[in-house]
Amino acid sequence: MVEYSVEIQELSKHFKLYKEKHTSLKERIIHGMKAPYEEFWALRDISISIKQGDTVGLLGHNGSGKSTLLRCIAGILQPTSGRVLLRGSVAALLELGAGFHPDLSGRDNIYLNASLLGLSKRDIDGRFEEIVEFSELSQFIDNQVKFYSSGMQARLGFAVAVNVDPDILLVDEVLAVGDENFQRKCIDRINLFQKAGKTIIFVTHAADSVRQICDKAFVLDHGRVVADGTPGEAIRTFREYMMASGQRSLLEPLDQSILQDEHGESETLGTGDVEIKEVILEYPKSEHGNHLLAGDPMNVRLRYYAAKALDDAVVGISIFADNDLFFSATSQGHEVEVGELNGDGEIIFAFESVPLLDGVYKMTFEVRGTQSGLVYAWREQVDQFEVVNPGRDMGVVAFPLNIKVVSTSRK
Amino acid sequence: MSQSDTRKVGKSIPVRVLSPEVSVAARLVRIWKERELLFFMVGRDLTVKYKNSILGFAWSLLNPALTVIIYDFVFQVALHNGMPDYAIYIMCGLVAWNFFFNSVLTACGSVVNNGGLIKKVSFSREILALSSMGTAAVFWFFQMIILVLALVIFHFTPQTPYLYVVPLALLALVLLTGALSIFFSAVNVYFRDMQHILEVLLMALFWASPVVYTWITVKKSLVHHHLTWIYLADPITPIILLMQRAFYGNPASGKATTPSIKVANLPTGTHYVADFSSIWYIKYFIAVICVSVVLIILALKLFGRLEGNFAEEL
Repeated sequence: MVEYSVEIQELSKHFKLYKEKHTSLKERIIHGMKAPYEEFWALRDISISIKQGDTVGLLGHNGSGKSTLLRCIAGILQPTSGRVLLRGSVAALLELGAGFHPDLSGRDNIYLNASLLGLSKRDIDGRFEEIVEFSELSQFIDNQVKFYSSGMQARLGFAVAVNVDPDILLVDEVLAVGDENFQRKCIDRINLFQKAGKTIIFVTHAADSVRQICDKAFVLDHGRVVADGTPGEAIRTFREYMMASGQRSLLEPLDQSILQDEHGESETLGTGDVEIKEVILEYPKSEHGNHLLAGDPMNVRLRYYAAKALDDAVVGISIFADNDLFFSATSQGHEVEVGELNGDGEIIFAFESVPLLDGVYKMTFEVRGTQSGLVYAWREQVDQFEVVNPGRDMGVVAFPLNIKVVSTSRK
Repeated sequence: MSQSDTRKVGKSIPVRVLSPEVSVAARLVRIWKERELLFFMVGRDLTVKYKNSILGFAWSLLNPALTVIIYDFVFQVALHNGMPDYAIYIMCGLVAWNFFFNSVLTACGSVVNNGGLIKKVSFSREILALSSMGTAAVFWFFQMIILVLALVIFHFTPQTPYLYVVPLALLALVLLTGALSIFFSAVNVYFRDMQHILEVLLMALFWASPVVYTWITVKKSLVHHHLTWIYLADPITPIILLMQRAFYGNPASGKATTPSIKVANLPTGTHYVADFSSIWYIKYFIAVICVSVVLIILALKLFGRLEGNFAEEL
């Protein structure tokens, strides 16, 4: 039998959104006990089981309920219905240094904060040195926390939290603090937790951190779980939901809608001598059909209609992400003779491999005359393809990489 | 965030269940497990309260001392009540009253004032109300030391049968204060003006208790209007009466105290304090303790029902 460390059973959380809130007895008497409010289900029938030792990401845009869910697991919010079963101790990092009192010294705050996170005094005594060392604040430990910079406070907070050594660690987008060096320490510490077989639940809207850290991810949208699976799959669903709900992903060029509106149905600019009728994308290796995995081959078939015979045509393709040019090539550059275009036809751009990591990429096609200098057809950023990265590499380019370690020391 | 120490079966880790319904027993168990946090919170409150003042902790004693001086001046010098060692009389009642007053009033704001913690950390929220009590208990302790010093300096000997009832009175006081503290801390989240209402109510209650005046002065008119039972229904009153009976009751015989006004023809030393028997006090306090335990259970139940929305309401 699989041991689950967190089981969420049909959890729902319901908020009342008051238009105007009566928070005093006087107001409540004047307005009666009723205040106008709207019902809002932050979470609806969530059932999730998380295996012991898994690192799970909860992805979702703002208002999707991911933070509410984490708070319910942490025991900060009480569910309206349903329940959460927890095996083992829990520490929640919702805000680093929650409960720090500015007037107390770093030392006093370590004790108070660790105690809030569930450590006994004896445990804190034993771990105190380690906490101070991790925070790199030994010089300032007896200063009042109000004299700390926000980065120092965050460091102290994280140092306490990770040294609580819980069985289940809940993290809410706190890794974005501190300098690079400290961030690396945080990631290292999380990796250590993973190796020790602890369960980690990680809430974020940064897809990259999910890819880097998590084994599994859940996507939340409007209080429901809309996808679960490997980080790669989940990130793809997440992105689709972001687009569907009208939230622009950073990968979407901002002027796309304007472009489509202005040019109506034809979607093709230029002299009109050549019409780009259709662009068909083929992913020969992908089973998913609508996206490719990093490094997969891709065929782009451009169907055209030339109204008259043209013998000086050059075709070009450009690939953009967020309006940045990633790639551009022409038939001329590849020393390919286009020959005479007349009537219907097809131009095929066959990519042996698309070495890109995650993202949605736009394409621009161009058919231009070398002699006439005219642009016969131009279709800008109408067609797009999507790459999903199944691995954990981050960045833009999918460099094919093998890592080997060779020991050169002599025994 | 208690590390559950439910008996482990084999190798499996105990399961903690978070659900909308939590029993009072489970709440008490959790509070008990987090008792160390309670001490840290009290420590925090004490450290923070006087951190930035020059006199620091002395304020906790200076404030009641000034109160005693003011009442002493008003009642002795201005109103000529003529009671011997009147300051000590006030202190006996004030020590008990201050504990009650400080606990309930600060507990009332404790949940609202710690909204940041409630939204970010999971712990028994009752700890906040209890830590207000803990802080008040520390002040009570120091005021008791001052009272004992004053008794020694002015040669007062505690009245033995009554002295032994004092712990029972204090237990009743602590339980009653606890129930009210928990109750008001939760209710204040929903009715934010509760704190102001409470201030007025407590002031009324203060004057309804014989802290600065004597039981003897009001007894006559109470009896006349058959209102004695209402006056004594306030459980704070008998606690204060007992404190006065036990500590002020009999000024040491060696001391030359000649009261200028005789109030009643009572034996020397008990002129100004109530003449209830120690058995009466014991019965009364046992009743208060029983009622307080029921009130605590009710307060915890209410707290549990309201607590679910604390994080949203704050």
